[in-house]
Amino acid sequence: MIPFTYERAKSPAEAVKAIASTPGAKFIAGGTNLLDLMKFQIETPTHLVDIRGLPLTTIEDSADGGLRIGALVTNTDLASHPRVKREYAVLSRAIVAGATGQLRNKASTGGNLLQRNRCPYFYNTDMPCNKRVPGSGCSAMGGVSRSLAVIGTSEGCIAQNPGDMAVALTVLDATVETMDAAGRTRSIPIADFHRLPGNTPEVEFALEPGELITAVTLPPPLGGSHHYHKVRDRASYAFAIVSVAAVLQKDGTGRVAFGSVAPRPWRVKAAEAALPKGPAAVVSAAFEGATPTKDNAFKIPLAERTLALVVAERRV
Amino acid sequence: MDFTTPSGRNPIDQLIVVGRPATRVDGPLKVTGTAPYAYERHEVVANQAYGYVVGATIAKGRIARIDTAAAKAAPGVVTVITTLDYKAAEKNPLRQTAKLFGGAEVAHYHQAVALVVAQTFEEARAAAFLVKVDYETAPGKFDLAAEAPDAPPSVDPNEGEDAEVYDRVGDFDAAFAAAPVKLDETYTTPDETHAMMEPHASIAAWDGDRVTVWTSQQMVHWAKAALATTLDIPEEKVRVESPYIGGGFGSKLYLRADALLAALGAKAAGRPVKVTLQRPLIINNGTHRAATIQRIRLGATPDGRLTAIGHVNISGNLPGGMPEAGIAPTKLFYAAPNREIYLKLAALDLGEANDMRAPGEAPGLMALEMAMDEMAEKLGIDPVEFRVLNDTQADPRNPQRPFSERHLVECLRTGAEHFGWSKRSKTPGAVRDGKWLVGMGMAAGIRLNLLMPSAARIRLEPDGRLTVETDMTDIGTGAYTILAQTAAEMMGVPIGAVTVKLGDSAFPQSAGSGGQWGANTSTSGLYAACVKLREAVAARLGFNAADAEFADGKVTSGNRSIALAEAAKNGPLTGEDGITFGDLDKKYVQATFAAQFAEVGVNSFTGETRVRRMLAVVDAGRVLNPTTARSQVIGGMTMGVGAALMEALAVDTRHGCFVNHDLGGYEVPVHADIPHQEVIFLDHPDVKSSPMKAKGIGEIGLCGVAAAVANAVYNATGVRVRNYPITLEKHFTALPRTA
Ligand SMILES: Cc1cc2nc3c(=O)[nH]c(=O)nc-3n(C[C@H](O)[C@H](O)[C@H](O)COP(=O)(O)OP(=O)(O)OC[C@H]3O[C@@H](n4cnc5c(N)ncnc54)[C@H](O)[C@@H]3O)c2cc1C
Ligand code: SF4
Repeated sequence: MIPFTYERAKSPAEAVKAIASTPGAKFIAGGTNLLDLMKFQIETPTHLVDIRGLPLTTIEDSADGGLRIGALVTNTDLASHPRVKREYAVLSRAIVAGATGQLRNKASTGGNLLQRNRCPYFYNTDMPCNKRVPGSGCSAMGGVSRSLAVIGTSEGCIAQNPGDMAVALTVLDATVETMDAAGRTRSIPIADFHRLPGNTPEVEFALEPGELITAVTLPPPLGGSHHYHKVRDRASYAFAIVSVAAVLQKDGTGRVAFGSVAPRPWRVKAAEAALPKGPAAVVSAAFEGATPTKDNAFKIPLAERTLALVVAERRV
Repeated sequence: MDFTTPSGRNPIDQLIVVGRPATRVDGPLKVTGTAPYAYERHEVVANQAYGYVVGATIAKGRIARIDTAAAKAAPGVVTVITTLDYKAAEKNPLRQTAKLFGGAEVAHYHQAVALVVAQTFEEARAAAFLVKVDYETAPGKFDLAAEAPDAPPSVDPNEGEDAEVYDRVGDFDAAFAAAPVKLDETYTTPDETHAMMEPHASIAAWDGDRVTVWTSQQMVHWAKAALATTLDIPEEKVRVESPYIGGGFGSKLYLRADALLAALGAKAAGRPVKVTLQRPLIINNGTHRAATIQRIRLGATPDGRLTAIGHVNISGNLPGGMPEAGIAPTKLFYAAPNREIYLKLAALDLGEANDMRAPGEAPGLMALEMAMDEMAEKLGIDPVEFRVLNDTQADPRNPQRPFSERHLVECLRTGAEHFGWSKRSKTPGAVRDGKWLVGMGMAAGIRLNLLMPSAARIRLEPDGRLTVETDMTDIGTGAYTILAQTAAEMMGVPIGAVTVKLGDSAFPQSAGSGGQWGANTSTSGLYAACVKLREAVAARLGFNAADAEFADGKVTSGNRSIALAEAAKNGPLTGEDGITFGDLDKKYVQATFAAQFAEVGVNSFTGETRVRRMLAVVDAGRVLNPTTARSQVIGGMTMGVGAALMEALAVDTRHGCFVNHDLGGYEVPVHADIPHQEVIFLDHPDVKSSPMKAKGIGEIGLCGVAAAVANAVYNATGVRVRNYPITLEKHFTALPRTA
């Protein structure tokens, strides 16, 4: 951790101004990801703007019948909100499948979306990593890669997005609302929020520097049967090997996204359309063109079986 | 006291305090966070500076240059020492291989190359990033499977440096060739790390040429000797204190870089320095349990009698290091007239492989007990019965050497009865519960009972309280408690009247904590000291020591009875002695035994395994305290679940290191993984083990567990996975989908 300065912002406008006026500044919310990265000098902000005092802590009904979730709502509060549990159960289940109670009490909705990857080489600052040091190379290729992505990767980076919440937000077609340094707001569909690595693995999100997430909105509920199945080596407190978020309807249609298989939650609408034909059809379409390593090729048949399990457990 | 003949009746046999459940006397300190662990001993010495270790980022080669200018100029930095400033120690301490610091040679990844000392931990850490090291990289060997074919046979160092390499009885080749039923399989176990809760940590302070180190070490006198050897100073100049230890599992048996660098750093800084090994450094910098490749060949008659046992265990270590003795259990466990058992050792350039809880036995049983399960199936004999059939009451290599006590069969039968083993489906893959495939498995465990000399001092204070002092350690095991119980029993007072002080090298030298010898031998040492104190008390009060009874805070003989405290009213009375052991462990095999049972569910879609219930039946001599003993066993069972299902260090054979070098990447079981665990202790005091008639209990709880879980997985799925850990990708595609 290098020395840094710190301030608390009281309003979104103040927060974005504070960031814009200090080069190398970053927001800090729960700090559960950022502080770890700072200790390893993977992130080296010179100034932190603490946004926990911002009035973005409520979950409100929106005019269209959906929900508006403040960026600072904790993972615990979001997962236990009555409407979320009832009408967006996939989200509730995804969140409680992640991390631990203590971490979820701290973690914020905005920070969770921006959590960085868990590639082991990303965390070892003595090894090349294009995400950490652009152009230095990718140590994971040809290395230990069991947990990494099988699709959506590039020559430059094969890291997976390891988060749970974002996979559920992806099947729900959530929207991320932001405010930029000039105070302008915009809405980013979740499908566009995470960037594939391409030639710039260091760019992971569609945010501009200094842009603040203010809220995440959900469209009106979808009904149907909600599922989040997270496959992992131990029963709790582990990142997913593969996860499936699904909202399944009575008529056999539905929505599906896969977690921990790609640099972003992996939802392919054309594949989803194959749901009535069964899990194998969905997975073969969703993973067409996959480029797994020998360590993680199993994730594709595992994704199929996990989806099959979810379909078998559908409650209609 | 020299223990050379089997113990007769003695005051411990009253079992008024010993043998009864007692909660840990150090429990309140632990749960209130006030037990002073090494890194938090702020009060022991003023002006402590913080050290941060820089680890080598190559696995093999030489250091050409180290540039510390930027680090030295960084805020708060007191000093920076580098490995180039020192010569590597001439001699290695006992059972240690890797050089901890000194010289330009890099022998493994994350070997310590510099220590940055600063006013605060954060400043030291920030400056550590500024140390620039130039390396000349040399090629190394990092892949056990690649080196295995050329690995030469090796002595089992536990049998002595000049022991025979091959443990051969009868004619294995002929008997195996002729056996009507044969098994020939190869099993692998991965590199594992201890993953103890408290990282290695030390504070060092010099006073002239004397150094005191407050540290976290299982073996205080080894640490003291190792520090003296490495620093090249006389042992009398070293003081070590290690009263509270947040877990060790073998990782803290030996001197590590934290203590050495704290001492060197403190000398260079001219003030006390504290050093903890950063968690991401521990796994490659410290020691680990070596991976093994084990070929097991069993030959049997159709009625289930083993005629031939062959076991070859290959492991790797730094040149000069010790093998992982996976063959240890096989030498003693089952009868068979023809045997060929030996080790091979490959030279590898990964970090140092060394002891981890039940070294040898734990990985050896992972293979042997899976092989026994497979053989039982081939024979069509129940796995419990198959083990009963092949029980032996003497060392299979020497029928003249019986076991002192061996109640494995009783463990097996009791366990089978209690667990409902008869309900197990003989056909694998046959039991379903919704999406789960359900199976039961069992395995047997053996672990030697090792005897180490141990001394203690006990003082009767004028107020009637007792103070025990010994350099014994409590690594979370309950040593404080059972020592208090021992003193209370011997002196006839309640536990609350005893204060136990541990872990100070100024106290009498104990056995320390390792190899599950601590409980039995340290209490025996205290027993000897108590005998001395009883004599002193009797003399002071005018009793004949032989017929004085110590009970209820009084000393009684005939109809004369005097309060114990009276004996010390003019000043404290002290008893000091130790126990040494004769050859009863040569004449008899002394070991502990377990039968382990597990029921698991395997998700038929995803292959995830979740343990449903577990039972251990343990034969470990007299149980000194059922509460702390149970904790040891359930801790072992938990570790066994980790070994069976998730624990593995992932080797990057290009960089020569373990990649998942933190607790995020190296998964151990969490609460949600551990279901109902039950422990049954058999009660067979062992008069040949010690005056306490106890044996070790710290490791037997782990022995056989992983195989029991693995055998349960097989029983659930019908798919045999011989490469630990059984992670889902090793079997899920072969599973039927049930739901
Ligand atoms: C041990 C451990 C286990 C975990 N396991 C899981 C798991 O199983 N599944 C899972 O999904 N996650 C897991 N996580 C990740 C966890 O979910 C994230 O750390 C957490 O959600 C981040 O939220 P935060 O508020 O603490 O973010 P912070 O650490 O405060 O911030 C993260 C990043 O987001 C930025 N940021 C924060 N808020 C905003 C905002 N409103 N606008 C713009 N930028 C912002 C910060 O600048 C920073 O770059 C785990 C984490 C740990 C430490
Ligand atoms: S996969 Fe990505 S994060 Fe991992 S080492 Fe390669 S570039 Fe870095």
